[in-house]
Amino acid sequence: MHKDERDPHTGYKTTGHEWNGIKELNTPIPRAILLFIIVTHLFALGYWIFMPAWPLGDTYTKGLLGADQKKRVEKEVAEAAMSRQAALEAIERQDYNTIVNDLHLMALVRENGKTLFRDNCSACHGAQGQGQSGFPSLADNDWLWGNSPEQIAKTIRVGVNADHPESRSSEMLAFGRDQLLQRGDVLDLVSYIESLSGKVPKNADSADSADSDGIALPKGQSIFAENCATCHGADAKGSTETGAPDLTDDIWIYGAGSDTIFHTIWDGRKGVMPSWDGRLTPLQQKILTLYVLGLNEEEQ
Amino acid sequence: MIQQLTKFERRFGLVISVLVAGAGLTLIGMSEDGLLAIHGTIILAAGFIAALLTGGTIHEPEPDAKRLESYYDDPIKFGIIVSMIWAVFGMFMGVWVATLLAYPEWTFDAAWSSFGRLRPVHTTGVIFGFGGNALIATSFHVMQRTSRARMADQLSPWFVLLGYNLFCILAVSGYFMGITQSKEYAEPEWYADIWLVIVWVAYFALYMRTLARRREPHIYVANWYYLAFILVVAVLHIVNNLAVPVSFGHIKSYSAFSGVQDAMTQWWYGHNAVAFFLTAGFLGMLYYYLPKRAGRPIYSYRMSIIGFWGITFFYMWAGSHHLHFTALPQWVQTLGMTFSVMLLVPSWIAAANALLTLNGAWGKVRDDATLRFMFLAAVFYGLSTFEGSFMAIRSVNALSHYTDWTVGPVHAGALGWVALITFGSFYALVPWLWKREGMYSSKLVEVHFWLALSGTLVYVFAMWNSGVIQGLMWRTYNESGALAYSFNESMVAMHPYYIARAIGGLLFLAGAVVGFYNIWKTTKMDTVQSSVPSGDGLIADDASHSR
Ligand code: HEC
Ligand code: HEC
Ligand code: HEM
Ligand code: HEM
Repeated sequence: MHKDERDPHTGYKTTGHEWNGIKELNTPIPRAILLFIIVTHLFALGYWIFMPAWPLGDTYTKGLLGADQKKRVEKEVAEAAMSRQAALEAIERQDYNTIVNDLHLMALVRENGKTLFRDNCSACHGAQGQGQSGFPSLADNDWLWGNSPEQIAKTIRVGVNADHPESRSSEMLAFGRDQLLQRGDVLDLVSYIESLSGKVPKNADSADSADSDGIALPKGQSIFAENCATCHGADAKGSTETGAPDLTDDIWIYGAGSDTIFHTIWDGRKGVMPSWDGRLTPLQQKILTLYVLGLNEEEQ
Repeated sequence: MIQQLTKFERRFGLVISVLVAGAGLTLIGMSEDGLLAIHGTIILAAGFIAALLTGGTIHEPEPDAKRLESYYDDPIKFGIIVSMIWAVFGMFMGVWVATLLAYPEWTFDAAWSSFGRLRPVHTTGVIFGFGGNALIATSFHVMQRTSRARMADQLSPWFVLLGYNLFCILAVSGYFMGITQSKEYAEPEWYADIWLVIVWVAYFALYMRTLARRREPHIYVANWYYLAFILVVAVLHIVNNLAVPVSFGHIKSYSAFSGVQDAMTQWWYGHNAVAFFLTAGFLGMLYYYLPKRAGRPIYSYRMSIIGFWGITFFYMWAGSHHLHFTALPQWVQTLGMTFSVMLLVPSWIAAANALLTLNGAWGKVRDDATLRFMFLAAVFYGLSTFEGSFMAIRSVNALSHYTDWTVGPVHAGALGWVALITFGSFYALVPWLWKREGMYSSKLVEVHFWLALSGTLVYVFAMWNSGVIQGLMWRTYNESGALAYSFNESMVAMHPYYIARAIGGLLFLAGAVVGFYNIWKTTKMDTVQSSVPSGDGLIADDASHSR
């Protein structure tokens, strides 16, 4: 089938080959392509001359610019750290009280704290620090471990039930599962605790539950005094020493509702707040402390 | 269909089936964890069914000798249907994964449906399930037609297709169970990898044997591309998957490479998988079906040659552009970057050669949606290679890497190039193979075209936007020199684009469903004997069909 044919449309000859009806034209390579090849290859050549490029045994061509990505990144990181230091060193130097009263510094805290908080804390505490089931709100002026900047800073630094040697530790015992209390006792406690925060227990005024009616609350109170007061306090207002929460307000770590409270008392709880020592610099921790405090001012 | 195999082939097929079933049993027997036993069971079932099919026809008479005068097309038909099934499945998974990125809670709290497991199901489903079957099926068609020779035997094509799909099923079912060696696009574990090597060697041998029987003096470009695809994928697959199993009773294995060598091997593999699986193979498709459908000669034989050799040579060096600014020594990154830039030229030569071939057939492009699929594929091929070379430049990559910007061009390539050229080729091929007047409905081809185009555009524009916004948010500093945005805020900013992407994907998926329906309906139409469609017919007089 070797026959020279001319394609009427383009005017070029075919190569004379044919496969299943497909022919090929013998069109020369367009000039633009040659130009394009030259440009890209010159670019590559130039780049090789200036940058590290070709291996030579156990070394490589270093390039005229002496570029080194590792050195460059180290330098840039150091420069960035220095510029941050310059901008934020006032926060590092001043004490909490001064900063809180300095509008300019607090603006810096909010600006930098927001990113730090959202990158490190919001997965547990929520983007606005509003908390979620199992993770306390940091914006409600209600504190497990105290409301002073120093106490908050310590929580951030060492964590709670964390792997830091100085970590705060706290635990709500599994009274039901570990058979410290009977099921009935726990139910009485649930009613009692709900009454503390102003909730009328569901069965308090129903006629058919005479045994719990009026009896549950005093009974719950005495069980509480025996088992729970050591940590939560006799008034159940909690203690920043043990990290046991106030049970008389309507603020819950694990959520309101008898089922949840029952579950807490039966199976116990042991929330973990990671330690940020070594993961965040002292300055970053300080910014976060002030930022978290600031969340509460917005609340008021 | 099985009666078409010779008695010897049926017997040999039975032996292979029994061996496969035996391998499945062995895996079950060796299994120290339940997982290997599950995969052993799948292999056993596959071998068992194949044994029933071949064994059941073992006493049937020899097929008619006249068959040798025509091409062997049954496996091609099978491959097309299977490819479309994978397309619908894989793209459905794509839409699901896209939805998960916008609404992460859609995992239903189950392990199998977590993002990390569904994502490789999507990529494997579309690349290997849809793309791979399409490549194998069309390569069987192209190699026979352009060689004017029937396939070397009738058993190998079935072994290749069925074996390959067994591999895909092992891969995908494995991800759902958490089986992965965590190398992107090479996730399946050692036993599946070994199986693929066997299948692939059979594929290569079949291709070479058929080419050796050719009655044409020269080998057509499409075959060069298909062969490059088969050969290089074999090399890549074997090297990147070198690993030592924990024990032969355990699915888990450890890579032979570690540290930055491992990363480099993986992306040498990953990039060349893109080059030789998603590019070279589909260029083979383009170089056959486009001129065939357009009825035009290839614009330039010389451009075919430099395009082909340029692509095969330059791609091999470019893998390190996936590892810019990492622990990989800078000089390796330089080479990856510069070779990627030089790679743009042959890539565009290949695209331009296809587009210029359409000179003199633009009227057809306007009227014929099938040809328009192919035309658009070549355009998107040009677009995604341009973006690829652009993103390979280190300073651009500093912005684009880790962002959705990568995912955008990936899908300009995957949807716009890979999927469109496949659909176009199928629409041309299906009526030829089944000897039908044309597709069941040319309106539906038109509908598919617009769904695919709009889906691709929505997807790609959404990702460009979100990618650039993401990249910029991650590098914006406030006055104190600290990052201005948290990652969380960049996620919030992505949300609308992720929804848009899911909608674009849905459009594209809808198109694929329409296409599948149309193809299925076409296979159910009446055969037209009178007009043998071009590209088909008897081997002996095939040359007379040339236009
Ligand atoms: C893995 C989840 C988690 C992350 C991340 C986390 N926290 Fe906490 N955090 C907790 C839990 C749980 C508690 C409650 C511990 C307890 O029961 O006493 C807590 C308690 C606190 C408290 C004490 C609250 C009080 O009422 O006294 C502060 C302050 C606090 N977190 C700040 C932070 C800051 C700042 C970050 C980010 C650097 C952070 N947390 C990240 C889980 C987390
Ligand atoms: C050893 C100290 C300790 C004792 C004793 C103790 N608690 Fe607690 N309790 C805690 C701590 C600490 C928490 C907070 C746990 C956490 O944040 O993970 C807590 C949490 C709770 C909560 C959940 C509060 C919320 O906001 O969700 C309830 C309810 C509660 N305790 C009830 C009781 C009752 C009832 C008893 C007595 C049976 C009791 N506790 C005894 C330490 C104690
Ligand atoms: C219905 C259409 C599709 C949708 C909705 C879709 C969606 C997605 C999504 C959401 C991802 C994950 C992106 C991420 O992790 O950020 C993804 C990844 C990917 N998809 Fe698709 N996809 C579709 C079709 C395809 C097709 C047809 C192909 C190939 C032929 C393909 C190839 C890929 C590849 C290679 C990746 C990995 C990209 C990377 O790692 O950068 N997709 N797809
Ligand atoms: C000239 C040709 C091409 C070049 C130079 C090129 C270059 C690149 C670059 C630089 C990246 C980003 C790497 C990163 O930052 O992580 C990339 C990613 C990718 N490209 Fe290309 N590309 C080309 C063509 C194509 C084509 C045609 C396709 C397929 C259809 C494709 C598929 C992909 C895929 C799937 C990824 C994502 C890999 C991953 O991270 O999972 N590329 N390419």
